[in-house]
Amino acid sequence: MDAIVLNPKDNVAVVLREVAPCESLQIGDGDVTALDRIPYGHKIARHDIPVDGLILKYGMPVGRAKSDIPRGGHVHMHNVVSVYMDNVQEHYE
Amino acid sequence: MNDDPLTATFDGYLRADGRRGVRNWLVVAYTVYCADHVARRIAEPFRLKGVQLIGFDQCYPSDYGHNLMETLLTHPNVGAVLLVSLGCEEFRRADLLTALMTSGREVRSIVIQETGGTEKSIKAGQAVISELLPRLETTTRAPMTAADIVIGLECGGSDALSGITANPAVGLFTDRLIDAGGTAIIEETNELFGCETHLAARARTPEIGEAVLGTIKKAMDYHRRLGHASFGGGNITGGLSTIEEKSAGAYAKCGTRPLDGILIPGRQPSGTGLYLLDTVYDSDLRHGIPNIHDPHGVTAMAACGCHLIVFTTGRGSVVGQAVSPVIKVASNSAMYRRLAGDMDVNAGIAVETPDGLQAAADEIARIVARAAAGGQTRSEALGHMESYISDGYFKPGPGGCRSPAESDETPTLQH
Repeated sequence: MDAIVLNPKDNVAVVLREVAPCESLQIGDGDVTALDRIPYGHKIARHDIPVDGLILKYGMPVGRAKSDIPRGGHVHMHNVVSVYMDNVQEHYE
Repeated sequence: MNDDPLTATFDGYLRADGRRGVRNWLVVAYTVYCADHVARRIAEPFRLKGVQLIGFDQCYPSDYGHNLMETLLTHPNVGAVLLVSLGCEEFRRADLLTALMTSGREVRSIVIQETGGTEKSIKAGQAVISELLPRLETTTRAPMTAADIVIGLECGGSDALSGITANPAVGLFTDRLIDAGGTAIIEETNELFGCETHLAARARTPEIGEAVLGTIKKAMDYHRRLGHASFGGGNITGGLSTIEEKSAGAYAKCGTRPLDGILIPGRQPSGTGLYLLDTVYDSDLRHGIPNIHDPHGVTAMAACGCHLIVFTTGRGSVVGQAVSPVIKVASNSAMYRRLAGDMDVNAGIAVETPDGLQAAADEIARIVARAAAGGQTRSEALGHMESYISDGYFKPGPGGCRSPAESDETPTLQH
């Protein structure tokens, strides 16, 4: 299994291994070509998500698109904003 | 299932108030940080021999800290207490001693300034432990089942798989525990942003539903004033993009059964079932960040009477708890193998085998039953006994559940 879709309504899937750009992934019943490097455990767009569109995971909104996210794109901090609150400070690890 | 571990009967420890514990600790408790060294040295030779250490650090008066000390030291897992004080701290030592004696426990007190300093106090404390430990062997035993136990549910160091493997596996276990008549407590109201409407709809009564919305709204307001949510670098590296995404995964721990009430730290559940523990202060920012780390929230759950804690982790937390032993559930097999000595269950199998999620839930039930019957958890065997009591403030609410926070504005997603 390359990626897991947690709810049929979801417009993202979680990749279960690191994915390279241009790799084709079997996600649910269709193929999605990755546009970016996507680290293990991160999200890939199953469909085009327009700017301000909700990110759906577990069938629930988990954020909003900051920009248009194409199918196959990496969905993360660079293009997602919290509906609730974003941390204003730097994150460290 | 015929061999369901949650149907087993095991021997617990009967307390004078009728409650039953799954451990019979002698707890050394210091009443100010200035007594930490002496208390720690007293307990040291008895490490892994039934003696645990907790304490309250601050010297200023704190009703909240006092209440948590009292509820932890009268926890059903505690059989005897040695209180270690410096002497001049603003802790109501006499009140605590009275409460502990009234609870029917063996209690002793050492005041360092009266006993003659560090060396004499350590010697006196160790003599007390040598006297009390054998007495605990005669504590009355009483049968217990899953219906008698309270389990705290926590997650720490979440990664993207926490919400896919470990937390849903714990959710399946939680439903089984509640169906068996048991009790579960979740906390981390600051990690339920986005789940408030769903959780409120599960409330046993409309009043509890209102209180859920008020509690989570309060947590949001508090964290907005602080300027950050409970969401950090490790979560982001692990693939989580927002607090509500982390919340959705964390929420899976509490299964699908109705919510029976809301607690504040130190309050015992009024019945069985599922409870939400509010750990965000009812005050302005003067008490600082609520839930500053996992052991802080876990200690608050222990103070609500949790016999054991089930703790899911993705990045790999190693913490335990002094009063309520902690069971670790790993979200992924790679971390499980890397931290094998610390992990009790590998829920990473949930994405590796077709029936893996159910198998992980079965394993959690088996390990919980074993720990309840006296089997050591990994963190317990490693001598972990983290415990952290802060200062804080909570408005007492009526009955077994809280009244809604001041604001009656209903939080909703702004689509």
